[in-house]
Amino acid sequence: MVTNNEVSVRKRKIKDTMEDCVFYTIIYVILTILLLIVGLPLIYVLSASFSSPSAVIAGKVFLFPVDFSLEGYKAVFEHKDVITGYKNSLLYLGLGTVINVVLTMCAAYPLARNDLPGRKYIMMLFTFTMIFSGGLIPNYILVNKLKMLNTVWAMVIPNAVSVYNMIVACTFIRSNIPNELLEAAQIDGCGDIYFFIKIVIPLSKAVIAVITLYYAIAHWNSYFDALIYLNDKKLYPLQIILKDILVSNQIDASMVYDPELAEVKQGLSELLKYSLIVVSMIPVLIIYPFVQQHFVKGVMIGSIKG
Amino acid sequence: MDNELLLTNDIEIRRRNNLIGRIAKAWQLYLLLFVPLVYLIVFKYIPMYGVQIAFKNYNVNLGIMGSEWVGLKYFLKFFSNYQFTRLIRNTLIISFYSLIAGLPVSVIIALTLNCVKVEKFKKLVQTVTYLPHFISVVVLVGMMYQIFNPIIGTYGNVYRILFGKEAPNIMGIPESFFHMYVWSGVWQNMGWDSIIYLAALSAVDTELYESAKIDGASRLKIMLAIDLPSIMPTVIIMLILRCGHFMNIGYEKILLMQNSFNLNYSEVIQTYVYKVGLKLNGDYSYATAIGLFNSVINLILITVVNKVSKKVGDTSLW
Repeated sequence: MVTNNEVSVRKRKIKDTMEDCVFYTIIYVILTILLLIVGLPLIYVLSASFSSPSAVIAGKVFLFPVDFSLEGYKAVFEHKDVITGYKNSLLYLGLGTVINVVLTMCAAYPLARNDLPGRKYIMMLFTFTMIFSGGLIPNYILVNKLKMLNTVWAMVIPNAVSVYNMIVACTFIRSNIPNELLEAAQIDGCGDIYFFIKIVIPLSKAVIAVITLYYAIAHWNSYFDALIYLNDKKLYPLQIILKDILVSNQIDASMVYDPELAEVKQGLSELLKYSLIVVSMIPVLIIYPFVQQHFVKGVMIGSIKG
Repeated sequence: MDNELLLTNDIEIRRRNNLIGRIAKAWQLYLLLFVPLVYLIVFKYIPMYGVQIAFKNYNVNLGIMGSEWVGLKYFLKFFSNYQFTRLIRNTLIISFYSLIAGLPVSVIIALTLNCVKVEKFKKLVQTVTYLPHFISVVVLVGMMYQIFNPIIGTYGNVYRILFGKEAPNIMGIPESFFHMYVWSGVWQNMGWDSIIYLAALSAVDTELYESAKIDGASRLKIMLAIDLPSIMPTVIIMLILRCGHFMNIGYEKILLMQNSFNLNYSEVIQTYVYKVGLKLNGDYSYATAIGLFNSVINLILITVVNKVSKKVGDTSLW
């Protein structure tokens, strides 16, 4: 009996490795295809942006830059709107993210405290806004009434707190800051605000990093608020400029100052698009490798509670 | 009797005092909450109050309060609009299509990634597939216009090599709108959405794998019998969450992909709200009514879905 079993186990093992070999091959093939599907378009855009205008317009670029040139980037940095947009976007990102993070943490900590009277009701007040909202027009009327249209504030105040991020921070604080710490501090006569600043904030660095990144990316990538709240060109963030150039195909030739460039305008305008895409992604690409783990962590914390 | 009454009264009073005492003691916490709460009330609840203009003939000079009531006029106007069925149809198709296209792909990514033993390869796939999630919709749509350009884009080039003629302008074909919208979304988010399933997979008890191996199960069988069932609860939760946002689709992206040719397929409720309210007519009341119709359906959906999930499993959103 025993030997029979052993034999059958051994037999199966040999058969299984064969099967597994095929299985693993298929897995690797699937993932490699996936890698190509995601990676190739990105590489194509990057390569095209470093090619010459004529190569781009002739459709010669596939994987690698053809006739390496930096003309696309030169055009991007000579484009006045793009520079203004870049500056504006950075301003909205900086100012907006600071407001976001401060307010989010200020809301998250009290709501993480079980001994806060009325905690449940206040939390409900927050979460209800996740499933119902006044909608586009009432928001617009409000921003208009507050005289925020066409100001920097329209870009940073109406979305000052994301309830989702607040819940992420709240969940983190609740599960990472032991109650004993609070009790010990209270015995020493430490007030809540002092405790929040001296203990909770330093211990929540990980989650603060996560929500800072979420907010920053959201500011950098959003265009719709700017579309409805701003109509002064000087205030436009980069994404609106990108929308005009990439999607609506509006390239103002007068914006390209070098008269020589006007000759190759058509090729250049296509090349400009590729370079613009790359330039607009630079801030994200620079931080991405360092913070990928934080982003993933955010998803995990967020998934604990809806 | 009297004594008892006194006693309960006493407890009641004491409890009330206790509550006041607790509130007073927590004043610093309320101070922290003050600004976020003011924000919440001003920017989330005042617009909800403003929703009443859906039932009024909103006049800027008279304000929200002063405008006259017109009842369901704007809702009826919307229901009898020739656009109505088209908007509902497009919204439902896009939402449903996105749901069934995206979910299996990210589940498959998680299941296959979980089998990979070479850490470096796994990392590489993760890093690359998560990246598009951080691309803005403007850049995404811009990239689509470039890549699918029939003359200079990769798609045009490959088509010319394969078929020897110029490619049809796929971004301009109205019928292709749904596919372009949905699959570009899958491309952008499939990796990111797989994170949550991968996390569920990493929580699987390793003893299960060991005993399965001892029993002679192949890796494929392990995947189907252990991996898949163990992420099913997560899949169901994600499905529920997505259903809750069924009517809220990515109108910001749709707006960018819209052109006069594909309007028949690309106009959805939220893009229509934007057009009616802000872009073209400035018809605030009408636009608010359409938006409210959308929000209410969503609210009903999420409540029903939550009830169902509470009954079926013990997963609930609140």
